[in-house]
Amino acid sequence: MSAIAVPGGAIGRSGIWTRMSQGTAVPVLIVVMAILAVWYLAAVWLNSAWQLQIFARGEGDWTWVDFLAGTMSQDRPLLPAPHQIAVELWNTVIGQHVTSRRSLVYHAWITLSATLLGFVMGTVLGILLAVLIVHNRAMDRSLMPWIIASQTIPILAIAPMVVVVLASIGMTGLVPKALISTYLSFFPVVVGMVKGFRSPDTIQLDLMRTYHASQSQTFWKLRFPSALPYLFTSMKVGVAASLVGAIVGELPTGAAGGLGSRLLAGSYYGQTVQIWSALLMAAALSAMLILAIGVVQRIVLARTGARP
Amino acid sequence: MLIKPISDTVISASRLGLTFETNDGPVHALSDVDLDIAKGEFVSFIGPSGCGKTTFLRVIADLEQPTSGTISVNGMTPEEARRSRAYGYVFQAAALYPWRTIERNVALPLEIMGHSRAERQARVARTLDLVNLTGFEKKYPWQLSGGMQQRASIARALAFDADLLLMDEPFGALDEIVRDHLNEQLLQLWARTSKTICFVTHSIPEAVYLSTKIVVMSPRPGRVTDVIESTLPKERPLDIRETPEFLAIAARVREGLRAGHSYE
Repeated sequence: MSAIAVPGGAIGRSGIWTRMSQGTAVPVLIVVMAILAVWYLAAVWLNSAWQLQIFARGEGDWTWVDFLAGTMSQDRPLLPAPHQIAVELWNTVIGQHVTSRRSLVYHAWITLSATLLGFVMGTVLGILLAVLIVHNRAMDRSLMPWIIASQTIPILAIAPMVVVVLASIGMTGLVPKALISTYLSFFPVVVGMVKGFRSPDTIQLDLMRTYHASQSQTFWKLRFPSALPYLFTSMKVGVAASLVGAIVGELPTGAAGGLGSRLLAGSYYGQTVQIWSALLMAAALSAMLILAIGVVQRIVLARTGARP
Repeated sequence: MLIKPISDTVISASRLGLTFETNDGPVHALSDVDLDIAKGEFVSFIGPSGCGKTTFLRVIADLEQPTSGTISVNGMTPEEARRSRAYGYVFQAAALYPWRTIERNVALPLEIMGHSRAERQARVARTLDLVNLTGFEKKYPWQLSGGMQQRASIARALAFDADLLLMDEPFGALDEIVRDHLNEQLLQLWARTSKTICFVTHSIPEAVYLSTKIVVMSPRPGRVTDVIESTLPKERPLDIRETPEFLAIAARVREGLRAGHSYE
């Protein structure tokens, strides 16, 4: 019997390293370590000029160890070292009460609420526009060029105007930011859903015709379920764009809070550590949102009979 | 459109023509087709690719519009017939919706036609039994073999009890053994339900085995070259295909196909 290969036997023998290298953990870890190494090198290099100035003003003696340590512990470094950002994140996320204006969680929530509101509005608007475009040739011809043109306008240029104009009619806070998020996130949804609604085969559409199905029956029983995989893909793109929109919308509001205002305040006062920790927080938020959509996608598609 | 009052005729075409306008000039898919199909017949359409057999089926189903001549289905225009859900259509591919289970796929036309939930359940159970798929209600299409998927699509076409069944090369993509089996089941089903069946194929044995009437067609322009009334009994075991009678009909079909080709 020993001549027969045991399935899984090879894994058992070569141990933990084989198993880890087959998963995603090891490759991801290697990439993260490479990024950190490059980051530290860049931090030393970029902060060296300032460090040399500090030493020049001081009393003569310094060693290379002092120099290296110095480049990684400046108050306002050109590029903060990763551990400085980690300490800042720890202090502002764990070290503060979440209702405090010094808490990064507080600011993240302000941004997240605008992101979510804008994302929901953008997704609904995107689906509605796609429905119109698919069902009406005139809409297809007249709307689509405008939708594409809308995305060629730089959002950084239009966002302050939206915020200022809406503030002048008394709309401040969540809604203006959410509108900018909507503006950015509806686009991938429209494009994806138009493709999705048009994805059924001719044969599947012919089948509906032989049943003398109405347009709404064809939509709900064929076009919409066919478009579901497209919906989730475009929602993942849309939610990331939505977060960018909310942050951009917070830049002109300055003191009102949110990750965007943290970025702006950080750049006013040269607080690069604060900027970078806000950036990392934004990236983490974005990753979380995309992950959440991925989970919903898996649940919905599994319930609609997708091949595991 | 000419409407024939004869109740026994399900489909009646006269001088029917269909020309597709393409960039390379007009394509005569159908030309001068005269054909009557009576209630309860099993009619096969056979011919090489491009002879218009599928187009003719699609004209009956109101999926294509004829450009000349007249056709009536159940004494109505094809559009009226489609609106009154006069036929079930089985396509070359099963075209099951992958997000629906088998029972919900079969229930699809019933949902669209507004049958009650209880009615739907009863009909789904009955038609799945007709095609021997009882026990597979909760499976998704990808969990079934190609032959079973095609049987499910036949069940879907039968579910709303139309008297006319239009089948466009339903077993074309299946292997010979599965095809034999399904042909046998289809004949039993036809015998039990006494429906009128129009069946497109390019297999001579399949056409002869199944049909009471074989329509031989030839391409460019698509037209009917021969209509053969089968003399085989209604009861047909698979080994009827070795009898001299069967072979004689098959020879005549082959002859008709060859004659159609000599025009080129």
